[in-house]
Amino acid sequence: MSRSLRVANGGSIRRTRLLSFSFNGTLYSGFEGDTLASALLANNVRTVHRSFKYHRPRGVVGSGAEEPNSIVQVGSGSKATPNLRATQIELYDGLTARSVSGWPSLRVDLYALNGLLGRLLPAGFYYKTFMRPRFLWSWYEHFIRKAAGLGQAPREADLDHYDKLNIHCDVLIVGGGPTGLMAARAAGRAGARVIMADEQAEMGGSLLSSTASIGGKKPGDWVETVVSELTRMPEVILLPRSTVTGYYDHNFLVINERRTDHLERPDPRLRRERIWRVRASQVVLATGAIERPLVFSNNDKPGVMLASAVSTYLVRYGVLPGRKIVFFTNNDSAYQTVLQLVDAGMEVVAVVDVRSDPQGDLIQQVRSAGVPIFEGHVVVDVRGGTSGLRMVLIARVNKTLDEILSHKGELRCDVLAVSGGWNPVVHLHAQSGGKPVFNEECASFLPGPSVQNERSAGAGNGTFGLADCLREGAEAGRRAAQDAGLTGDGSVDIPKVESHVEGSLHPIWVVPNGLAEGRGGKKFVDLQNDTTVADIRLAAREGYRSVEHLKRYTALGFGTDQGKLGNINGMAILADVLGQAPGKIGTTTFRPNYTPVTFGAIAGREIGSTFFDPTRKTAVHQWHVENGAEFEDVGQWKRPWYYPLPGETMNEAVRRECLATRESLGILDASTLGKIEIRGPDSAEFLNRIYTNSWLTLEIGRCRYGLMLGEDGMVMDDGVTSRIGEDHYLMTTTTGGAAHVLAWMERWLQTEWPHLRVYLTSVTDHWFVTSVAGPNSREILTKLCTDIDFSADAFPFMSVRAGTVAGIPARVYRISFSGELAYEINVSANYGRSLWQAIMTAGQSLNITPYGTEAMHVLRAEKGYIIVGQDTDGSVTPGDLGMDWIVSNGKDCIGKRSLSRQDTRRENRKQLVGLTTVDPTLVLPEGAQLLNEPAKEFPAPMVGHVTSSYFSPSLRHSIALALVKGGRSREGSMVYAQLIDGRVIPATIGQPKFFDPENQRQKV
Amino acid sequence: MKNKYSIFSLARNAVTYHENWREAWRSPEPRKGYDVIVIGGGGHGLATAYYLASEHGIRNVAVLEKNWIGGGNTGRNTTIVRSNYLWDESAHLYEKSLRLWEGLSQKLNYNVMFSQRGVMNLGHTLQDMRDIERRSNANYLNGIDSEVLRPEQIRQIVPIMNTSPHARYPVLGASFQRRGGVARHDAVAWGFARAADREGVDILQNCEVTGILRHNGAVTGVETNRGRIQAKKVGVVVAGHSSVIASMAGLRLPIESHPLQALVSEPLKPILHTVVMSNAVHGYISQSDKGELVIGAGVDSYTGYGQRGSFSVVEGNIGAIVELFPVFSRVRMLRQWGGIVDVCPDACPIIGKTPIRGLYFNCGWGTGGFKATPGSGWVFAHTIARGEPHSLNAAFTLERFSTGALIDEHGAAGVAH
Ligand SMILES: Cc1cc2nc3c(=O)[nH]c(=O)nc-3n(C[C@H](O)[C@H](O)[C@H](O)COP(=O)(O)OP(=O)(O)OC[C@H]3O[C@@H](n4cnc5c(N)ncnc54)[C@H](O)[C@@H]3O)c2cc1C
Repeated sequence: MSRSLRVANGGSIRRTRLLSFSFNGTLYSGFEGDTLASALLANNVRTVHRSFKYHRPRGVVGSGAEEPNSIVQVGSGSKATPNLRATQIELYDGLTARSVSGWPSLRVDLYALNGLLGRLLPAGFYYKTFMRPRFLWSWYEHFIRKAAGLGQAPREADLDHYDKLNIHCDVLIVGGGPTGLMAARAAGRAGARVIMADEQAEMGGSLLSSTASIGGKKPGDWVETVVSELTRMPEVILLPRSTVTGYYDHNFLVINERRTDHLERPDPRLRRERIWRVRASQVVLATGAIERPLVFSNNDKPGVMLASAVSTYLVRYGVLPGRKIVFFTNNDSAYQTVLQLVDAGMEVVAVVDVRSDPQGDLIQQVRSAGVPIFEGHVVVDVRGGTSGLRMVLIARVNKTLDEILSHKGELRCDVLAVSGGWNPVVHLHAQSGGKPVFNEECASFLPGPSVQNERSAGAGNGTFGLADCLREGAEAGRRAAQDAGLTGDGSVDIPKVESHVEGSLHPIWVVPNGLAEGRGGKKFVDLQNDTTVADIRLAAREGYRSVEHLKRYTALGFGTDQGKLGNINGMAILADVLGQAPGKIGTTTFRPNYTPVTFGAIAGREIGSTFFDPTRKTAVHQWHVENGAEFEDVGQWKRPWYYPLPGETMNEAVRRECLATRESLGILDASTLGKIEIRGPDSAEFLNRIYTNSWLTLEIGRCRYGLMLGEDGMVMDDGVTSRIGEDHYLMTTTTGGAAHVLAWMERWLQTEWPHLRVYLTSVTDHWFVTSVAGPNSREILTKLCTDIDFSADAFPFMSVRAGTVAGIPARVYRISFSGELAYEINVSANYGRSLWQAIMTAGQSLNITPYGTEAMHVLRAEKGYIIVGQDTDGSVTPGDLGMDWIVSNGKDCIGKRSLSRQDTRRENRKQLVGLTTVDPTLVLPEGAQLLNEPAKEFPAPMVGHVTSSYFSPSLRHSIALALVKGGRSREGSMVYAQLIDGRVIPATIGQPKFFDPENQRQKV
Repeated sequence: MKNKYSIFSLARNAVTYHENWREAWRSPEPRKGYDVIVIGGGGHGLATAYYLASEHGIRNVAVLEKNWIGGGNTGRNTTIVRSNYLWDESAHLYEKSLRLWEGLSQKLNYNVMFSQRGVMNLGHTLQDMRDIERRSNANYLNGIDSEVLRPEQIRQIVPIMNTSPHARYPVLGASFQRRGGVARHDAVAWGFARAADREGVDILQNCEVTGILRHNGAVTGVETNRGRIQAKKVGVVVAGHSSVIASMAGLRLPIESHPLQALVSEPLKPILHTVVMSNAVHGYISQSDKGELVIGAGVDSYTGYGQRGSFSVVEGNIGAIVELFPVFSRVRMLRQWGGIVDVCPDACPIIGKTPIRGLYFNCGWGTGGFKATPGSGWVFAHTIARGEPHSLNAAFTLERFSTGALIDEHGAAGVAH
C-alpha cells in the first residue's frame, strides 16, 4: 500500500519541498508542484471514490478538468469545500481531503449492495416503481436523497471574500498551450491588448507533459521563453488558474480566477477568487482536446486510466501510475506515451490496438523498442479490485470491430492506459452560439462556423500535430489582432518541431466482449453517473431517442464533469443503436459553466448587511439612531418606524406620537419620498398625460395632488406636484415607487412622446424634507422663518413658498398627510441635520415630538388617506377609492380608456370603505379577509380584505380601511373577518374617514 | 395493461436483461386528419391530449411537437408546485391541479416523483407580511392549506437560513404550504405521453406547425413540416411561442416572450428539505433528489426567443441565495440554462376560445405554469371537448384584456413560480 510510485527523477515537481497531507484521515506526503491526484497515485492510493449508483470503487482516470471520479471534500469549518477534483487541487502542506462517498468507508461500502441489485436498477428504474402505496413516496425519497449527493455543504459561513473586475480587451485567448501561446505572441506583437487565461497553475497546456523538443528547446524552456516575452508586453495579461467558464452574447465572457486555494496559509487580505467580466473584441479558442476513453466491460475499475493522464503523471509529476502498464488504443497518440515510458526505463507490458494493421512512425518506434503490439485485438474485460488491476483479458476482433474472433487470454498488469481518440473542447464555441459539426476523420465534433467574433485553433479545432498547432495558433492570433483593428506586425517564426507520420484512427464506440449486448461486465459510458451501454440501449428501445431524451433518461453527461469524457461516446453509441450517423443526431447543448464556479465568486461583494443592496439613509438618520428610533425598510430606505422612550412598547410610543401631533406638534422625516424635477416648456402637458387630473392651469407657487394610473387603469402611484417656475415642476412619488415612476415616465417620453420638450431628473437624495404637523406648526414656523408670511390668506393650503428657515434657504409647502395644519420644509440635504436640530430646539416648549412611519400611517388612516401599495394592489381604480373626482373628464391620460371598460365600470367592484370593529378594542389584522357571514364550509365566498388597520389614539377605538365588494352602498352593514387562526371578528362598514371628516383642522 | 410499471415488472424484465420493455410511446406517421390536434408537446399539451382521451373519450388526437417532447419549458423549469395563489380564480385552478398532482404517479403509472416537501415564501418587509397574511387568509377560506410562520418557526424548518435581524432585509416571517413541493419535470412529460399513447393518442415529434388552416372563420387543420394535417379542433399550447402561432392565425395576443433562467449547483448531501422563495431578496431554491441546489429568479427583462440569458441575472440571483444561505458560498454552480416564458400583463394564463371557431389557446403561464400542468390539461381538454370553458377556467379568457376583468397575481407572485 505504501509502496511509492514516484520515479527517481524527472517531472516538474520541486522535490526539495516535501509536503504532508491527509486523505480520509491517513497522512501521506507529496511534493510542491503535485496535485492531490498525483500525490495520491504516488502513494499508491488506488480507490478514491465510490460511484453514484452502484457504489463501485473508482480511481483516478484523468489529470485535469475531465476527471469524473476523484471528487473530494477539502478542508473543514468555514473553509470546507465540497466536490473538488483531486486532479485540479494543487497540493500544499497540511491539506486535508476526504472522499465524498462510501459508507461506512471507501473500502467497505455497504451501498455496494446496489451493485448486486444492479439488474433491477436499469436507467430510469425510479420512474417505474416506488409508486405504491402513495404515502410511502416520501419515505422512499428520504433514502434516495440520502444515497445521492456528493460532498457536504459547509455548515459555517464563508470567511473568504471575492472580487469582480470588468475589462475590455482586443483579443482574449482561452488556453495557454502551444496554440494559445503562439496566438498570444502574435496578437501581442501586433500591439493588441491581450488576455490569455488558462485553467492550470502555469501556462504550457499539453507541453507540460510533453517530452518533444520545440525549436531545439525542451518544452518547458520554450514555454518559459514565450511567457517571459509576453510578460514584458505591457498590454498582455496572463491569467493562470483562470477558467473561462462562460461565453455569452456580444462577446461577453466570464473568467473565474482562483487565487488562494493552492496556498497553505494565504494572506487574509487576498481575495479567494475573482470573476473577470470580459468584453473581448476577438476571441481565440485554443482550448485543446480531451482524450476519449474506450468503452468495454468493467472499464471503470481503479487502474483504468487515460493514456494521456499516464503521460502527464509521468512527465509532469514524476509518478508512474503503475509498475506494469498495458495500453489499449485505436489511434497513434497513445504510442507517444508508450515511448515516454520506455525512455524513462519503465515496463510496458503490451499495446493492444484495435487496428489490424496500424501504420505510423510512432508504432514503428514502439515496435523496435521491443514492446509487444497486439494488432486487431481488444481488451474484453479487466480484473481487479479496490487496490488496482490484476490483469486484462484480450481477444482478437474482426475488421468491423463488432465481433470477437477468439479469446487470447490475459495480460497481467496494474494499469490499463486507454485511448479512443480525442475530443476537441468545443464547449465555448458552442456556448457562443456555434454548432459543432461531426468530423469523420477524428470521429468527433469540431467547431462549426463562428457566430460571434471567435475562432478556434489547435487541438480545439481538431488540429492535433504540434507543428500545425503552432502555425494555426500564430495565424489565429495575428488575424484576431487584425480583426480587432490592430495594424502592428504580428508575425512570428514558427519553431521547428519533430513531426511524424500518423496512421488514422479507427473509431470503436463499444468494445465487444463476445457475449450478447448487456451480458458480462458493465460497460460504462459516463463514469460519474454510472451510465452504461445497456442503459443507452434501453433508453433507445423505450423511445427516448433524441439525444436530449437520452441525456435526461440515463443522466448521461449530467455529472459535475458535464460529460467531458462520456458524452461523445454516448451520443455515438445512441447513433449506432438507431442506425444513424453520429453527426446526424448531434450533441446535447453545451451550457455554461465549462467547469463549476464558486457561488461566492459569482455573488462577489454584493452580499451581507452592507453590500447586498445599498442602504439609503436620510440626512438626519444619525439623529434618529441616537434618539432610539426603530427602523422600517421601505424600498432601499431606512425609515424611522417609531421612537420608543425607555420602557415604552410600540403601541405606547405610537399613541404618544399621534396624540402629540394632534394636540400640539409632531415632526416627521419625510425625505424618502421620491422627488423628480420636471423641466421644459411642455411640462404641464406632460403632467396632464401622466396624471388623471388637469395640470394646465396650475399657477406658479401652487401644488396639487395627483394620481397616476397604469395602462390598465389601475392606480400606480400618487403624490403632490408643485409648480416652482414657468417651466419647472417638482413631482413627489411614493418612497418605494420612485425609481419605477421615473423609468415609466422616461419610457413614455422616449418611446411615445419624443416630441415633448420635457426633461426629468431624480433629485430624491438632494433634498432633506421634514413635515411639521399639528395645531402649533404655524407658530413654530413663524418663529424660525421671518421671510415668509404664514398667515392663512397669504400662504393658503396646497401652495409653496421660498424663504429661509433657521437661516437655511428652503422651500416650504403647506400640505398635509395627517389632516392637521402642517408644513413641509425642503432644504438642501447637507443642511438637513441643522434644520432638524433647530426645529427641535425651537419646538421644545411646544412638546415637539418626532413621529415615525407607524404614527404617520395611523394619522393618515384616521383621515382615510390611502397609501398606494398598501390600500391598493394593482387592481384598484380611482373610482374604487371613491376618487372619481380626480379623473378629469376634459382630457385624456394614461389608463383613462381602461376606466370605461366593462369590468372597470362594474357596480359591484371592491371599494374602499372604513371598518369599525364591534368590540372597539379589537384591532383587525391587516390582510384579514372579509365575509358576509362566518364560513362553515370551504371554499367560502370572500367579499374583501382589510388593507390598513390601527388603534386610533384620538378616537380611542380601532379603525380600519378595507376594500369590500360594493362597499360604498353597504354602509352600516356587517362583515366578518375570519382568520387563519380560527378567530372571527365582526365589523361594521362605514365611510373611509374617521377623524375630522370636514377637514377643518388643516384649513385654519 | 401490458408493460405496466411496477417493482414486479422490473424484476421480471431484469431476468430478460430489460430487452422486452416496450416503447413508452409510439412514433407513428401522421394521419391525414384527427378529431383534435394539440400543438405543443410540453407537459400542458400532453396532459391535454391525455385528458381528452381519458376524460372525454376523444382518442383520435395528435400532439404535434416541433422538437422532442418536454424540451420546452417543461424540461427547463425549477418544478415548484404550489396552489397558494391570492385570487379565487387562480387559487381554485391551481388547487385543482395540486389535487391531480397528488395522485398523478398512480394515475399515469409513471413515477413523476411529486415530493410534497413544502413551499415557503419569505416576507422581508412589513408590506410583504401584510401580503402574506392576506394571501394565507384567502387560501384558508378557499380550503387550501396554508400557514404563516414566524422567524423562530422558519429557523426550525430551515436552520441554515440567515434569519439574523441584522441582515440587509431580515426575514420577518413566511407563508408555508406543506402540500406544495417539487416534481421530476421530464417524467411529467414522459408520463403523460405514455399514458396518452396508451389511450390511442398519436405523439408526433419533429413535427413543426408552420400554418393554421382556416375556412369561413373556422379552423380546418394545420400545415406542418411533415405535411398538412386536418382537424376541426386545434388546441395551441406552445408557451413562449404562443405569439408565433397566433400570428399564423392572424391573431395578436397580449403576451411578451422573455428568457427565464435557472441554474443548479454541484450535488450535495441533503441539506435543504423544503422549497424557499423570496421576493424581496430576489431568488428561490430547492434541493433536487440528486442533491443539486436548483435555483432561479425573475425573467431577463428584454424580450426574445433565444433560450439563453445574461450573466448579470445569474449574478443577482446567486447573490440573493448566498445572502439568504451564507453556508452555500463555497458551493459551486454547475450549469445554467434558459427557457422562453409567455408573460401576460396580469401574470395569469389565457385558456379558452379565440375569435376563430375551433381554435383554442392555452398560454400565458409565464414563469409559473409547471405546477398547473395536470390542471391546465384537464380544463383545456374540457374546453376543447365541450366547446365551452369549465367553470375553473371561465375567468381566464382572452376577452378579459378588453373587458378589463384582469386577475392580477403580480402582487402575490413577484417571483412567480
Ligand atoms: C427557468 C424556468 C423556471 C421555471 N420554474 C417554474 C416553477 O418552478 N414552477 C412552475 O410552476 N413553473 C415554472 N416555470 C414555468 C413552466 O415551465 C411553464 O409555465 C410550463 O412548463 C409550460 O408548459 P407548456 O407545456 O405550456 O410549455 P412547453 O413545455 O414550453 O411546451 C411547449 C412546446 O411547444 C412546442 N412548439 C412551439 N412551437 C411549435 C410549433 N410551431 N409546432 C409544434 N410545436 C411547437 C415547443 O417545442 C415546446 O415543446 C419555469 C419556466 C422556466 C423557463
